[in-house]
Amino acid sequence: MGSETKLPPHLEEQRTRIFCGKDAPTHARSNNFSGAYRSLGEDHSFDNASFKENFRIDIKRMDSEVMEFDMIGVDASIANAFRRILIADVPTMAIEKVFIANNSSIMQDEVLAHRLGLIPLRVDAKKFDYRTEDEAATEQNTIVFRLKMKCSRLADGRLENDAVLSEHLEWLPAGSELPEDSDSKFTHYNRDQSEFYGEPIACADDKIVINKMRPGQEIELEAHAVKGEGKTHAKWSPVATAFYRLLPEVTLKQEITGEEAHALKKKCPKDVFDIEDIGGTTKATVVNARACTICRECIREPGAENFVDLKRVKDHFIFTIESAGQYHPRELFIDAIGKLRLKCQKMIQLTH
Amino acid sequence: MSASMDTTGDQDVDTIIRDLQADPANLTRPIKTVKDKYELLPAFLKMRGLVRQHIDSFNYLVNEEMKKIIHAKSNEKVQCDSDPNFYLKFLDIHVGKPSTNEEFSTLDLTPQQCRLRDMTYAAPITVDVEYTRGKEIVTRRSKDGVGGILIGRMPIMLRSSHCVLAGKDEAQLARLGECPLDPGGYFVVKGTEKVILIQEQITKNRIIIDIGFKGEPQASVTSSTTERKTQTNVVVKQGKIYLRFNTFSEDIPIMIVLKAMGAESDQEVMELIGTNGNYINLFAPSIQECCNMSVFTQHQALEYMGSKVKATRQTWIKVKKSKSDEVRDILTNSVLAHVTTRNYDFRAKIYYVSVMIRRLLQAVEDPTQLDDKDYYGNKRLELSGGLLSLLFEDLFKRLCADLKKQADLAFSKANRATQFDIVKCIRQDTITTGLEHAISSGNWTVKRFRMDRKGMTQVLSRLSFIASLGMMTRIISQFEKTRKVSGPRALQPSQWGMLCPSDTPEGEACGLVKNLSLMTHVTTDDDEAPLARLAFALGVEPLHMIMSSELHNGGSDIVFLNGHIIGVHFNAHKFAQTIRLMRRAGRIGCYVSVHVEHGRCHLSSDGGRLCRPLLIADKGHLRINDVHIQQLKDGHRTFEDFLCEGLIEYLDVNEENNCMIALHEKDANETVTHIEIEPFTLLGVVAGLIPYPHHNQSPRNTYQCAMGKQAMGNIAYNQLNRMDTLLYLLVYPQRPLCQTKTIELVGYHKLGAGQNATVAVISFSGYDIEDAIVMNKSSLDRGFGRCIVIRKYSTAFKKYPNRTADRCVSAAARRSVPVRGNKTLLENDGIAGVGEIIRPGDIYVNKESPLNTRDPIQNPNMLPDSCYKPSPQVYKGPPGEEAVVDKVLLTSSDDQHFVVKTLVRHTRRPELGDKFSSRHGQKGVVGTIVRQEDYPFNDQGICPDLIMNPHGFPSRMTVGKMIELLAGKRTARRAAAPAAFPEAPVEDAQKTCSGGLSLWGACGAVWVWDCIRGNESGGMW
Repeated sequence: MGSETKLPPHLEEQRTRIFCGKDAPTHARSNNFSGAYRSLGEDHSFDNASFKENFRIDIKRMDSEVMEFDMIGVDASIANAFRRILIADVPTMAIEKVFIANNSSIMQDEVLAHRLGLIPLRVDAKKFDYRTEDEAATEQNTIVFRLKMKCSRLADGRLENDAVLSEHLEWLPAGSELPEDSDSKFTHYNRDQSEFYGEPIACADDKIVINKMRPGQEIELEAHAVKGEGKTHAKWSPVATAFYRLLPEVTLKQEITGEEAHALKKKCPKDVFDIEDIGGTTKATVVNARACTICRECIREPGAENFVDLKRVKDHFIFTIESAGQYHPRELFIDAIGKLRLKCQKMIQLTH
Repeated sequence: MSASMDTTGDQDVDTIIRDLQADPANLTRPIKTVKDKYELLPAFLKMRGLVRQHIDSFNYLVNEEMKKIIHAKSNEKVQCDSDPNFYLKFLDIHVGKPSTNEEFSTLDLTPQQCRLRDMTYAAPITVDVEYTRGKEIVTRRSKDGVGGILIGRMPIMLRSSHCVLAGKDEAQLARLGECPLDPGGYFVVKGTEKVILIQEQITKNRIIIDIGFKGEPQASVTSSTTERKTQTNVVVKQGKIYLRFNTFSEDIPIMIVLKAMGAESDQEVMELIGTNGNYINLFAPSIQECCNMSVFTQHQALEYMGSKVKATRQTWIKVKKSKSDEVRDILTNSVLAHVTTRNYDFRAKIYYVSVMIRRLLQAVEDPTQLDDKDYYGNKRLELSGGLLSLLFEDLFKRLCADLKKQADLAFSKANRATQFDIVKCIRQDTITTGLEHAISSGNWTVKRFRMDRKGMTQVLSRLSFIASLGMMTRIISQFEKTRKVSGPRALQPSQWGMLCPSDTPEGEACGLVKNLSLMTHVTTDDDEAPLARLAFALGVEPLHMIMSSELHNGGSDIVFLNGHIIGVHFNAHKFAQTIRLMRRAGRIGCYVSVHVEHGRCHLSSDGGRLCRPLLIADKGHLRINDVHIQQLKDGHRTFEDFLCEGLIEYLDVNEENNCMIALHEKDANETVTHIEIEPFTLLGVVAGLIPYPHHNQSPRNTYQCAMGKQAMGNIAYNQLNRMDTLLYLLVYPQRPLCQTKTIELVGYHKLGAGQNATVAVISFSGYDIEDAIVMNKSSLDRGFGRCIVIRKYSTAFKKYPNRTADRCVSAAARRSVPVRGNKTLLENDGIAGVGEIIRPGDIYVNKESPLNTRDPIQNPNMLPDSCYKPSPQVYKGPPGEEAVVDKVLLTSSDDQHFVVKTLVRHTRRPELGDKFSSRHGQKGVVGTIVRQEDYPFNDQGICPDLIMNPHGFPSRMTVGKMIELLAGKRTARRAAAPAAFPEAPVEDAQKTCSGGLSLWGACGAVWVWDCIRGNESGGMW
């Protein structure tokens, strides 16, 4: 944080680093109280200007599924809030009700319905409303899919439709096509869903195996997807997982040369160390501290702790978001920020 | 020597010579380990199957024993008192194919049909007979293996030689609706699967020296012949020896008994017992006593004993025998009944009694000579075949007695209208219901042995595959559970390799219920006549060829064949060695055992002995080598070849005492005669599921054996075609990441029970104390631990005496009487539709019963609706629970009753209080369920499925579990084939786990994150 500090170096180190000892981490907690070091003339109360100056996000890696970025200059509670919101609070659409007209496959109806529920749907849930128990299914809160398949043996002996895949789920933009129940329709659509939802709705992945069938077996069902959040059921969670780790900091306390340097390099399974050859003397250096998993193999031998120092930086989070497929991970993070802001606003309203 | 030449044959001769010159000790150096000798195991199990002992004993019954029973002297002929010319003679007996008679036609049965239709899987027993009808002799002989006359039905053991499943391959079994992994060995009686448990007993026809009630040594023999079962005791009382026998009111001095048998000379008796050592001094009081009673001759002795015979209530005996004749008959038929006596020549019995006395005197002198009753060589196991044969013989005798009675009745009438035809009097249901009832109730009543045992059979547990397998290897002991003696419960060293040391229940049956080890075989009776001939040919001198003084003369050993003294041999060790050689050459049965101890040579071919295969080693050198194993792998060799070529042999418990068995090749020295095939085979099937059991504290393995049987998963390939009363299935069963060889051998990996969980061993939330488990809600959402419970509801449609019957009506039918229950599920046939959601209060079978079931009614099939009252079957489940109608079966049972079986399925996800267990006897209930965002995670983002409290480890000492965690992680990370005990050692797992996760990372101390505050905390993953 602040460039100049009045704390003695060992206290400053304890405040900003976790010491990864041989048997246990020490100084792992952060002091939440801003005045913890006031007696030493140090004030750590939140300061917007210095936060702005120090806070940084570096995107290291990003594709349509996974994003890895560094979040520097925040407290663990903030980073953790993002993680929790990503897992539990960002809404998505998932299949909630399955109307089975026929299922002669080996799989039981409940199991089939459960599997359908877990399929990630590539839908922007922001364009839909939540549906409560007593609300009717409308185009604004329900997406209807149909699955109708029959397995048969072709003339050449091959099987047709033996694997039921997620691509076989067919979107019904006009709503349920099942014959009416005695007194109510399954859906009440006022307009075609494709009118307000531009692109066709499908599963995030085409090749998810839902079921397998043998000749003569068939499935006919309608699946109704609604909006929900990960805290209700994991199927609504937009991420496979979201997590972070702290940046490892590997330093050599003494110069390690010759055989010992080679031995050290060999010890590390992640190639954190390398050999530097300057004027005939080989010397061990740290080249890739970020790759370190803190497996502590390098300090396992007695006395090795005097050579290698393992620490982690308390305010440097290496954050990974693995999307389940509904959203691009970048969108997810932006949604998470929005969600956090909403929560803060709610909190402020409550306190005033 | 030849063996060592074989194994070194491929080496250069020069090298050998150089080696020898360098160090002559190399000659005795153990050869290198034969790789993959483990391969013998699948070969063994392929040949034998897992429950061979049951199947073999049953096959012996239907193929041989039944023939012996009808040919036995007392059973062969039925004659009658009123007409001496009349007879019925049984010539042969056959057991046919399992079938049933239905509406005047014979229908072949399959086991699956029987299970579904509540029928008995039984085959007709037919006999060939010769009998008199009037003046002619009629013979009824079999045609094409089907006998002339049906006498009853024999329940058929699954997979036995008469079962339709015998020799079928997987596809054929599937067509019959049978699971190929099912081992068979049980019966299907009235639709339920019944196992006749293996019974443990003290051996018959052997002399056992032990301490009697008064603390004095006694020699006891339980004699058992097909006719009767008696117990003879020779006891010591105040230094004198007596015979204690049931029929005599008091103990008879042994000298009097010997004199009654014809050994009148005291000198002869003394010579028989032995004149050397202290025997004369010890036996003198007994002779003295006899003298004092002035009993000197056989006649006097018989008179004396006659006065001591208990008064019998058999007043109906017409010819009153004299007292001494009575004693003579008792001595012939009852005392030591297994030693046969002809024409009152008691010589064999005199020898037998003198051997008993000698052993008793030895024990008086030296208490170490006492036999250990718990020693497993003194035990015999009774299998289903043997037990059924007792029952069958009893029922057969009853049938014959019944025929005799009928014949007596028919011939005693002066003038008969029709000619008497005995064959028409045979009642088939004597045998049929007798056998069926015994198996289904488990009560064994055999009158002639005064046997009345309960709980001989159990319903085959189908809770899990391993539970049913475990049941087939279970042994129950006849000991009373209430007796507080530790001896029979303790693990006996002689059980090594024969019985599983881990698998026994806790509590009152602890140690009394045991299980067979993986490779144990239980022998069936083998013909002893050829063995006796062989023994005489090999130099055994028969008893009638030797003088009494030669019986115990120095250097000669008494030779016993199945407990009978057949003679003496002057070089018993050589004799035993020759018998072994012949056995290894395949000239005599591979289960014949021979052993020499304390100057007695025992040759055994009786049934019920435990034995197991071992590799033969000559002076520590294995006879098998890698070439043999390669041939086995290539399919050029079978397990039988190993037996026939003398590479492997079966040893029973007694013979093991004459051998030196090494656990590994590296332990083999000069004295070693055998080497174990695989050490892990000393465990049974259930204990075989535990990975790294040798790292666990032993009671944990025992707990696991009890718990492994409760595991949920797949129970059989045909599980969805079965109609069990209760069936537990897992929705997503998995194969373990860390697998044992036993799992592979029994085919458990093809079924799988349980799931691989990511486990964090940390303390968390306080809801994990006392073995509670914290579950990840998201894992449960994704299907972890989800299970299906299927329950059967049977509805029988009764037929009443007045020919009215219950009926099923559609929901639409209007009734004046209101029907309780919800009818919405019913279809037109009045039965709930398959796939419908069923709630408590719903009717699943809309049954109606006639109001009048007693009085005769004109037209019972055309009753008006008003004559029926509704008696609907209403589903009573837990309130609020939604189940589904899974399957409906309409069928008719054995007695033509219409039956509707409805399966109701309920899918459940784990909840608070559900029990979860690892494979190391570490069970726990779900203490709380926590959402994923509240759950800890590690640097890789992995979030565990469940959290276990670390306090579970220190006191339980289940190190095997830690190693399993490691091996499982290795498999998961490498996406490799499952790790296996005993193959993947810890080091291997450590090595392969490296790559960011080396030693510490693999098993312990991965960084875990406090997920609520976001801080870091330590823990083990």
